[in-house]
Amino acid sequence: MYDTIIIGAGMSGLAAGIRLAHYEQKVCILERHYTIGGLNSFYRLRGRDYDVGLHALTNVTPKGTRKGPLARLLRQLRMSWDDLEISPQVGSEIVFPGNRLRFDNNLDLLRSEVAREFPKRVDQFEQLISEIVDYDDLDDTHAAMSARERLTELLDEPLLIEMLFCPLMFYGSAREHDMDWGQFSIMFRSIFMEGLGRPQAGVRLILKHLVRKFRGLGGELKLRCGVKQMKVADDEVKTVVLENGEEITGRRILSSAGWCETMRLCDDGQPVVSRAPGRLSFCETIAAIDLEPKTLGHDRTITFYNDNEQFAWTPPDTPCDLRSGVICSPNNFEYGEPLEGPDGGGTVRITALANFDYWNGLDEEQYKLEKLRWYDAITDSAVRFIPDYRNRVVDTDMFTPTTIVRFTGHDNGAVYGAPDKQADGRTHLKNLFICGTDQGFVGIIGSIVSGIGMANMHCLRD
Amino acid sequence: MDRSEIREEVLDILKDIAPDEDLSDLKDEQSFREQMELDSMDFLDIVMELRKRHRIQIPEDDYVNLASMNSTVEYLEPHMSDIERV
Repeated sequence: MYDTIIIGAGMSGLAAGIRLAHYEQKVCILERHYTIGGLNSFYRLRGRDYDVGLHALTNVTPKGTRKGPLARLLRQLRMSWDDLEISPQVGSEIVFPGNRLRFDNNLDLLRSEVAREFPKRVDQFEQLISEIVDYDDLDDTHAAMSARERLTELLDEPLLIEMLFCPLMFYGSAREHDMDWGQFSIMFRSIFMEGLGRPQAGVRLILKHLVRKFRGLGGELKLRCGVKQMKVADDEVKTVVLENGEEITGRRILSSAGWCETMRLCDDGQPVVSRAPGRLSFCETIAAIDLEPKTLGHDRTITFYNDNEQFAWTPPDTPCDLRSGVICSPNNFEYGEPLEGPDGGGTVRITALANFDYWNGLDEEQYKLEKLRWYDAITDSAVRFIPDYRNRVVDTDMFTPTTIVRFTGHDNGAVYGAPDKQADGRTHLKNLFICGTDQGFVGIIGSIVSGIGMANMHCLRD
Repeated sequence: MDRSEIREEVLDILKDIAPDEDLSDLKDEQSFREQMELDSMDFLDIVMELRKRHRIQIPEDDYVNLASMNSTVEYLEPHMSDIERV
């Protein structure tokens, strides 16, 4: 009998596992895939290392900072700031037709950019900042109100509102066309007021630290070990049945599989609270190029682009949304030494909204062809906003919404999960809790904080 | 353990929780919250570490006693006087 069984070896499951194993629980993490990470993972293809999921860590505050999510999670996981080897971003930008807002890890740059592009809105923008500073993420009274409504009250410049939404939605809104005010405030702080950074070795460095720590504390990690079913009786999970037929038992179950996905695993029929799964999914193209992006004149860390005055945050009618996207170059961080591929080159990744049903409906042959077609379409769209790198490409790869399903198990390849979150992590069963994307926080830091929070709240107090 | 050994032990727990923190000039009479900006999760950790290391159970109503080094040592003394420091 385990003290706690954790479903999923992503960021949240691993972080929860570390907390519980540190306090001498017998813990087992079950991962259906052959590798760890879930949405945030890494792979090697034809001699090159790639990240999936992670563009950058958010919430990056300097070493020695005591407040904020990054400082909190380091304390909770007994890690040192240096363990994550974070290098800050060079600088990023939000580009709309005729307007550009640059930002970096110092809010003053964004302030001066807003003053340059929208000189009449300086005071309104300051008012917005002070509301966000005052937002208390532990008091959820106003958390669910519409950010769009609040922003419309504060700022009478629709274009500025759209430009602020663009990066925050791309990096963490499960809700279409809008965000919860709470989520908007948390994301605004994490991206504009704290900042972006990346370990030079990428997401693998973070994951390897987490796994090493978990195993070092005596935790068990089972790969290729999916959960088939949870047998329920007396309002609790009695037995976890694995896909290989094996049955294991735990006093508690903490699932990062997603709300709907976890409910489906229970054998007691319909969930008490049924809810719609999310529909927002992505395609991402990855290009290895034969030189560093900055040699071509592209030195931005992340470029968020949108080619018209309104930013649409809904699943597109087309296979991919070519109007907007996120361009990320992992080379453009302030590393001590340049990040180089095997031949001294660099990497450019482009993320765009995608239609799950379209990609899911293709047969294998069509899927391969459509990937090639949409790789080109996404890249053609993106080079309207950054220097053209298409004749420097030496290798490519691409993921689609169906890839996300394969690695995360999330319905519809919904990157940020269901629009309605279960903030307290509770379910209809007294020993089953959820953590990760559908509990509430997203991104790498958010997922880790979620795993820690749910482990503390539900699995350590007895 | 005597008071100074208990102090060392608490210091060790704080070092464990916040490895990047310089604790050499920690003021014993001032609260941890003020000096280190510890939050409620961190206080839970001090309690959990004491339980893990010394099997001391601290009821939730008593957490207020862990505000500063002085109050913590004061509170722990009767619980830890018969424990050998290893």
